[in-house]
Amino acid sequence: MSVTEPLSAPIELSFDYTRSLGTTLSRFMTGLAEGRLLGAKVSDGRVFVPPVEYDPVTGAAVTEFVPVSDEGTVVSWSWAPAPLPGQPLVTPFAWVFVRLDGADTSILHALDVAGPTEVRTGLRVRARWSGERVGAISDIICFEPASAPGTPVTQTTVEPVEIVTTPVSLTVQHTASQQETTYLLGLEQGKLIGQRCPVCSKVYVPPRGACPVDGVPTVENVELADRGIVTTFCVVNVPFMGQKIKPPYVAAYVLLDGADIAFLHLILECDAADVRMGMKVEAVWRPREEWVPGLQNIDYFRPTGEPDAPYDSFKEHL
Amino acid sequence: MAKQRAAVLGTGQTHHKAKRPDVSMAGLCREAIDRAMVDARVGWDDIDAVVVGKAPDFFEGVMMPELFLADALGAVGKPLLRVHTAGSVGGATANVAASMVQAGVHKRVLAVAWEKQSESNAMWALSIPVPFNMPVNAGAGGYFAPHVRSYIRRSGAPTEIGAMVAVKDRLNGAINPFAHLHQPDITLESVLASQMLWDPIRFDETCPSSDGACALVIGNEEAAAAVDQPAWIHATAMRSEPTTYSGRDQVNPKAGQEAAAALWKQAGITNPLEEIDCAEIYVPFSWFEPMWIENLGFMPEGKGWTLTEAGETAIGGKLPINMSGGVLSSNPIGASGMLRFAEAARQVMGRAEEHQVDGARKALGHAYGGGSQFYSMWVVGSEKP
Repeated sequence: MSVTEPLSAPIELSFDYTRSLGTTLSRFMTGLAEGRLLGAKVSDGRVFVPPVEYDPVTGAAVTEFVPVSDEGTVVSWSWAPAPLPGQPLVTPFAWVFVRLDGADTSILHALDVAGPTEVRTGLRVRARWSGERVGAISDIICFEPASAPGTPVTQTTVEPVEIVTTPVSLTVQHTASQQETTYLLGLEQGKLIGQRCPVCSKVYVPPRGACPVDGVPTVENVELADRGIVTTFCVVNVPFMGQKIKPPYVAAYVLLDGADIAFLHLILECDAADVRMGMKVEAVWRPREEWVPGLQNIDYFRPTGEPDAPYDSFKEHL
Repeated sequence: MAKQRAAVLGTGQTHHKAKRPDVSMAGLCREAIDRAMVDARVGWDDIDAVVVGKAPDFFEGVMMPELFLADALGAVGKPLLRVHTAGSVGGATANVAASMVQAGVHKRVLAVAWEKQSESNAMWALSIPVPFNMPVNAGAGGYFAPHVRSYIRRSGAPTEIGAMVAVKDRLNGAINPFAHLHQPDITLESVLASQMLWDPIRFDETCPSSDGACALVIGNEEAAAAVDQPAWIHATAMRSEPTTYSGRDQVNPKAGQEAAAALWKQAGITNPLEEIDCAEIYVPFSWFEPMWIENLGFMPEGKGWTLTEAGETAIGGKLPINMSGGVLSSNPIGASGMLRFAEAARQVMGRAEEHQVDGARKALGHAYGGGSQFYSMWVVGSEKP
């Protein structure tokens, strides 16, 4: 088998998750929106900032809150020379653990100083509040040295903050296997390439590099026809977030002639109600100039009009 | 040393709802835990270890939520384990907790499972487009609907069986105060008239999306002696298999058959239909009732639907299934499996209230997950094994 560079492509995912805060965290977040910092007082007298929802000693729900100062002392720190997108500051800063006056635990935040020589454990710091507060930890833009001239926070009263939205995104680089790459490059040439297991002789498309039943490497490439049968299917009528194909559409398991496993694809050029188990179908390819290394080169499958395959001929594939 | 006896000492759950904006994830878990601990008559000092289960992290977008939940789960200074087997996780979590007691390592273990579906969108999370693949996926319903079609073709079942299951489960849910959906007026006609979402699966034949949690306290024989009527664990089983391979039976998967065979053997059961008094089976889409009846060996292949059609799976029938209303009435995914296990326990403890099956002495709890590839089950009984 020739060695080709595996194909690779990014997956970008993002979602705006909503967080129901519950009573305890709601108090803290509402406090931030109002320009106040609240700590949770637990059974042994310690004050947690940010608050814990349940007492680490007794396990009971925390119900007592006490105000703490927006000034405190750096407990430990680390220099961030190249801030990443989404971090509190765009210029280099120090990550600091700050124990606020009145608290027994420390809170992680950014400290705005010019360089690492200006931060040390024991440094007195103060919160720099945002002018537009919404009930999020970013209502504190960052901390600054207490010796610097500062602007006192203007406290307000707001409706309780009960839910916060936390956008999450990540990019993953998806790399195809060697065998899948061979198959994908075949598709770019208009070919369907599977692989046969040397033990059970089953042909897998897409190929997997190893037989999932026998656990042995598969090396023999098999070129398959671009026609086969529908084993089973459903009609997708439901729209959903992120959907790539407009419903209704028929999502069908297509078993190619010569293959021993079906894959999901679309059936078009007939009414959804006319799609049947055992129906013979053929690939409809996109124009050659649009071909990429991917199964989407086959736009969809359509009925050939030939008689259906008998149930017994494909029942093993259900 | 032989396996130690273990029993469910108490169960707890939330009132399952589409959205619980009033509680955090920690608060949701604690509602179930606090109820289970009251039911088991134990305090935090009595719990030796905590096992937590939850479905995929994409559902809430929190990586390893067990880390930030340790305080809330009362796990400070104790072993805390997370179990992760997709939709079967609630059942697998109960089985892992049981094994920690059966192994003689712990006297009492707290098991908790949860999902807060309102924080995200499971359909989105289950339909992530993967490069080079056709974006035909359409959530769990889109995955399972073709296999339901295969079952109907293979068994020759009348097409309204799925609707019959939906009516029965929703009527059971209507008498369960914890259930998310309460639909006492549901009828066969109304189910058949509901929208086809993933043909052949209709809207009313589909589980809801719920926020909820479930918890169990499992203890050894000494701990069980302090409880009026524990639910003795007679057998547990788990099996898994790949999502796809050539010749895989997608309708009656081998892993499920083998898990059931091992379960019945361990429980000393030779005729499950005669010896099991009621069963809570993971049925997120109504057609899975007859499919799992066969997979579990209650009926021969192709005949599961006859039990449903004859009304034998309703409360009062030969094998009541999903007395609580099942997944079709409440689906906090991570907790759904544990809810099945908890309801089986409640039945043999005689604490199932309005949906109690008279004289239930042996009950099955069942869950499955992924592309029908993870199975977890237990048999609980009112008497010691």
